[in-house]
Amino acid sequence: MQSIYLTIALAPLVAAVIAGLFGKSIGRAGAHSITILGVGISCILSCYVLYQIVFAGQAPFNGAVYTWLVSDGVTMDVGFLIDRLSALMMVVVTFVSLMVHVYTIGYMHDDAGYQRFFSYISLFTFSMLMLVMSNNFVQLFFGWEAVGVVSYLLIGFWYTRPTAIFANLKAFLVNRVGDFGFVLGIAAVLRYTGSMDYATVFAHADQIAAAQIHVSSSIVWPAITFTCICLFVGAMGKSAQVPLHVWLPDSMEGPTPISALIHAATMVTAGIFMVARMSPLFELSETALSTVLIIGSTTAFFMGLLGIVNNDIKRVVAYSTLSQLGYMTVALGVSAYSAGIFHLMTHAFFKALLFLAAGSVIMAMHHEQDMRKMGGLKKYMPITYWTCLVGSLALIGFPGSSGFFSKDALIDAVHESHRTGSGYAYFCVLTGVFITALYTFRMFFMTFEGKERMDHHTQEHLHESPWVVTVPLILLAIPSALIGWFAVKPVLFGDYFGGAIHVLPANDVLGRVGEEFHGSGAFVWSALTALPVWFAALGVFTAWVFFLKRPDLADSAERRFKWLHTILVNKYGFDWFNEHVIMVAARALGGGLWRFGDQIVIDEGLVNGSARTVGWLGSVMRYAQSGYLYHYAFAMILGLASFLLWILWRT
Amino acid sequence: MMSGGYLLSLLIWLPIVGGFAVLFFGDRVLVAKWLSLIVSGLSLVLSVPLWTSFKTGTAAMQFVERSPWISTIHSEYYIGVDGISMPLILLTTFTTVLIVIASWTNVEKRVAQYFAAFLILEGLMIGVFAALDGVLFYVFWEAMLIPMFIIIGVWGGPRRVYATIKFFLYTFIGSLLMLVALIYMYLKSGSYELAVFQHMPLTLTEQTFIFLAFFAAFAVKVPMWPVHTWLPDAHVEAPTGGSVVLAAIMLKMGGYGFLRFSLPIAPDASRELDWLIIGLSLIAVVYIGFVALAQRDMKKLIAYSSIAHMGFVTLGMFIGFQIVAATGRTSGISMGLDGAIVQMLSHGLVSGAMFLCVGVMYDRVHSREISAYGGVINTMPKFAAFMVLFALANSGLPGTSGFIGEFMVILASFKANVWYAFLAATILVLGAAYTLWLVKRVIFGEVANDKVAALKDLNGREFLVLGVLAAAVLLVGLWPAPLLDVMRASTQQLAQQLLVSKIAP
Repeated sequence: MQSIYLTIALAPLVAAVIAGLFGKSIGRAGAHSITILGVGISCILSCYVLYQIVFAGQAPFNGAVYTWLVSDGVTMDVGFLIDRLSALMMVVVTFVSLMVHVYTIGYMHDDAGYQRFFSYISLFTFSMLMLVMSNNFVQLFFGWEAVGVVSYLLIGFWYTRPTAIFANLKAFLVNRVGDFGFVLGIAAVLRYTGSMDYATVFAHADQIAAAQIHVSSSIVWPAITFTCICLFVGAMGKSAQVPLHVWLPDSMEGPTPISALIHAATMVTAGIFMVARMSPLFELSETALSTVLIIGSTTAFFMGLLGIVNNDIKRVVAYSTLSQLGYMTVALGVSAYSAGIFHLMTHAFFKALLFLAAGSVIMAMHHEQDMRKMGGLKKYMPITYWTCLVGSLALIGFPGSSGFFSKDALIDAVHESHRTGSGYAYFCVLTGVFITALYTFRMFFMTFEGKERMDHHTQEHLHESPWVVTVPLILLAIPSALIGWFAVKPVLFGDYFGGAIHVLPANDVLGRVGEEFHGSGAFVWSALTALPVWFAALGVFTAWVFFLKRPDLADSAERRFKWLHTILVNKYGFDWFNEHVIMVAARALGGGLWRFGDQIVIDEGLVNGSARTVGWLGSVMRYAQSGYLYHYAFAMILGLASFLLWILWRT
Repeated sequence: MMSGGYLLSLLIWLPIVGGFAVLFFGDRVLVAKWLSLIVSGLSLVLSVPLWTSFKTGTAAMQFVERSPWISTIHSEYYIGVDGISMPLILLTTFTTVLIVIASWTNVEKRVAQYFAAFLILEGLMIGVFAALDGVLFYVFWEAMLIPMFIIIGVWGGPRRVYATIKFFLYTFIGSLLMLVALIYMYLKSGSYELAVFQHMPLTLTEQTFIFLAFFAAFAVKVPMWPVHTWLPDAHVEAPTGGSVVLAAIMLKMGGYGFLRFSLPIAPDASRELDWLIIGLSLIAVVYIGFVALAQRDMKKLIAYSSIAHMGFVTLGMFIGFQIVAATGRTSGISMGLDGAIVQMLSHGLVSGAMFLCVGVMYDRVHSREISAYGGVINTMPKFAAFMVLFALANSGLPGTSGFIGEFMVILASFKANVWYAFLAATILVLGAAYTLWLVKRVIFGEVANDKVAALKDLNGREFLVLGVLAAAVLLVGLWPAPLLDVMRASTQQLAQQLLVSKIAP
């Protein structure tokens, strides 16, 4: 089997290298053929691996590929852990990636960097696979940083745009703040377990739980809480949780296919995956899980609100992604890791679908992203319209859609939890359903329904996108609509994950939700009388009234609640704070240390100062060497006299 | 001790003799260049057996040569390598060839002398790494400065005289104190052999003075804060080749000195004064990290980045004592040492490559100011790809060599104290900030001006040099295991030496 795993990981890498280095000679068709072939191989083999593990009962694989280094008795390997969790992630990653590859043929059709783009997204697929397939912390960090770099390169793909190269630097640095915590977490793991290997670390998790960290002479923290929070800081960066979320909306500067692949379906969920993978550690710290819970709910609620006031179609979807990542994080925070991963999977399908649909709209609109200049696109783009409707319904949790199963179970799990912060979390995720429905259908109505607000020239050229674009939309719409029906039972309430996810019996909220579970149909039926569905319906209705039927109401509401609108438009001031306080302070500190510390104190004071002192000494000493004989004679007499005096005094 | 013929001597003297030979062709530039290429290439080829025939299981010196030299003071011509010095010698031969190729057309005056200086410098630097006798070491150590002064002083920029004198005074004063320490130990032991120094009992007071004397010599070379200000000036004024050799190899002399002299000769003093080194190292990482952000000159920025990265070298070397104090166990010491050495080697590759990149742009635009550039990727896409790769390596990206040392040192320092790791790990953010901001301003964006618009992409020679370095950076980053295998026995022995008190009973 090992050669299959290697092929899965390496096929996209080989394709990326060929498309990247020999892009000119293989041409455009060559570049997309080879990369699609590479990712296609990975996708088919991943499905085969999933089948083998889930249906053919194959045992999880855990083994090294090669030894990266050995130091101080610690072996750091590159290796794979293929269990039910990683196999599921591999299928999601390669499937969405394959769809995006095909879609890109249409979307990037006229771009000069065609081959480069294909090389990057294949490289991304390789990096993401290395991340999810890893069996140890070092390789996890490799993949973690590698996806970050490819994201950096792709956000800045159009490198002449000032906004793009600002956004990619911002994304990288904010992620590095997360990685800063992540590295400390990894260091703590090594400190207390002496290993970087998942299996060994999890087996010795009790050693971390028993240890304490002396933060100062009087403050002592449980090591497990410190470790888990540090690891979670890494997840906050990659999965864009408040306050490290600021990079994700700006990442929309990149081409739309990568917004779908990287900034919705896969890379941003790496943090969720990582915490789920580390469940044996997180389970041991209530404090860390409460932190996860509160951060997640804050992100889910407050980032969703921002989606309501934004007019850029991609940014609305981006804020929606932030909010949904918050939902997943909430699931982790109540120990419902399976629910988090399940929502990750359904979200990967419907959010990739929504982004690609948005991209299809943007293409039709000649790269106009402002929804105020759209409207009535339904009749021009039927396939995009219908697939986008499927994605939107899944996003708001329409009964029966994939998003319904994952989100409803998640909310039930939060309701069951009694962990510190779970009350706040329940409020956030429940009202979040209303907000989600509101911004989603605001976007949907503004884009596809109502008056056609685009200019005449654009209107004349409106048409449905080519098949390379619509086929991925359709293929993503199918799981978005249906996957919940048959996946909910095994993944959430069955023993799908087996040993891959570890939950203490006392924390098993999903188990308690599962006691009420009697098949998918009954689950849908019982949900019809529960709050979330009605919240969602209310959201859609509100969107219909305010943004389709009576847009004047929206305007007057905006005027009435001007203060709220201002706060939301300014995104709570995070960007302002980062740019006007942190960035300014860092540069001022750097400049100050340089001018004052290096140039004045060290160079002027110490270095040139000592030079001047020597010079001054020299100039004083010069007087002693006057060349006049009587000066020297006088000095000799003085010296002789003092010498004699000294001898006299001694005796 | 394993004898290995005359390979090491050949590696030291071939470039020196070759360098003087090149001087004879002062008027025939092409001959001088080709002769330099042949000599440096031959040195590289000859240094390969050092690696391939190296025995990894032992910390003993290998390729040893020993014969009487200055018998009146019992000084010997005594050379050999272990797992610490051997990779540094390979770094030296590798870098010198690249410098020769990279400098092929960018010097106009006194071409033969320029190449000769680099060859002689190469031999002397290998001598420093190979010497196992105090006097021999000191001779190479001081002699090495001469070609470097000449390189900066003759082929340097407008403020080259200021930079040269500053460089000279800093390094020379430090070295003199080291000489005093060497003589003291000779008077006590009757030998200049380093192994004797390492095993002789010394009181804590003696050790402290010896430590401080060596510290004066090595801290300047590393350079550690606050004796670092010569480096940005020297880099700015040095020609590209000079900057490369300075960053890639000369800065490693300080770290090597700590490993070969300070730690094993004065382990008790090292333990007593480790707070000093750790403190200065962390200042280097954080303070210098911020200072680098404020630079407007590309070479200065990379120079400051070097100081911050070298902070990891000294931190990793001296963290061991506090690991023992904090955990009561020794595990972690040799990871710190390994990390420090890997960081030295990686910094040699990455910062050398960064200076070469600046050199490529300087050759075309004749400015080092960041503001003179912008959108270079539009006219030099191949170059931009290399520059971005090296910048990412400089930011410590996993998969490149720049990651390994930083990572290991952070892991090791966490064992000693959370806050050490915390401060050290700020380089993840700061390093990325100053390096990638540089990339944003220089490489990305619209074409900034006519000069950038007129840029020509890399020629074959430049492509070769940067390509070889890129391959090395990636190879080490993806598979450092062989390197660590070579070093293991030596670093573990050193870790043992640190734990044994030398205070005379």
